[in-house]
Amino acid sequence: METQSTWQKIWTWIDLRGRREGGIGFILMRLTAIGLVVYLALHLTMISNLARGPEAWDSFIKLVKLPIFMVGDTLLIFGLVYHAINGIRVTVLGLGWGGDHQAALFWGAFVLSVLLTAVMVTAIVAIG
Amino acid sequence: MRTLKLRILRGSPTRRRYYQIFTVHLHDEANIIDGVAQVFGEQDHSLMFRHACHHASCGLCGARINGRERLMCITPIAEFPEGATVTLEPLRNLPWVGDLAVDVKPFLQKMDQMGLPYSRSDELAPGPEPGNRFEDCIECGLCMSACPVVSNLKYLGPAPLAALARVLEEPRDVDPTGACEIARGPHGVWRCHSAMECSEVCPSNVDPSRAIGWLRRRFITGK
Repeated sequence: METQSTWQKIWTWIDLRGRREGGIGFILMRLTAIGLVVYLALHLTMISNLARGPEAWDSFIKLVKLPIFMVGDTLLIFGLVYHAINGIRVTVLGLGWGGDHQAALFWGAFVLSVLLTAVMVTAIVAIG
Repeated sequence: MRTLKLRILRGSPTRRRYYQIFTVHLHDEANIIDGVAQVFGEQDHSLMFRHACHHASCGLCGARINGRERLMCITPIAEFPEGATVTLEPLRNLPWVGDLAVDVKPFLQKMDQMGLPYSRSDELAPGPEPGNRFEDCIECGLCMSACPVVSNLKYLGPAPLAALARVLEEPRDVDPTGACEIARGPHGVWRCHSAMECSEVCPSNVDPSRAIGWLRRRFITGK
């Protein structure tokens, strides 16, 4: 008999086949969590440029104002907002409430996250 | 009559794994299990699969049908268009024996720990002569396969936790102290991440995710 290897266990986490809203919500929650941890590490590394003086900081700011970073910002905002809103959904469902509406709650959380992300990205672009 | 192509995961831990396609011809009222039985009877007698009752009572014929956990005996072929290819794979999160067969022993051991009696005493089965009504859970393991957290085999999983909830609802002389300790522990109710797939795939209306939430509320309030 065969038991699962570590890689198979990880694959089970992200295997989308046969998943419905709850499973997709779970996978997105995992991915956004990993993304936010990676971002935090990057953020702390980048912010350390402050210790290297104004020139280093200014050149870093110039770099992150390139349009390509806007894509990263959009993903970051979506990840943050989705993780927060879905966290509320998971808390409610985890206490055994609203299970009959979990799919609708997922789509609600997803659409709200997209809308809030759009509003925030628009505001960032408008501010320049 | 309807023709389907069954694309079945073959192999075992000691043999090569591959997908083999079998063409089957079935009556429109048939279920997927009939197609698998036809393959076994007429095309390849080495095919491994579990089955018994063919009416969703024994819980043996669970498999992933096009990626989704279902009982093959109550999955009508009429769901699939003529000539469609239907992929059949064994359940996840249980040791693979070979082809569509998995070893359910680790799952049943967890169920045993919860001590759920097979029949209820708070509700009689309807009929001309009232008798004991069985518990809803048929121990098919679909929820254990669908749950993404059960890939960590230490996690108790949806069905055992739902069984504990039933024991607490109706103890029937079962002492739930030990099972509650396990459920409160690091591999119990708090490992659930509310992916809700267990309740989605359950063929028997057990609703494990609701039961886990109920257990959590009970543990939080110190009951």
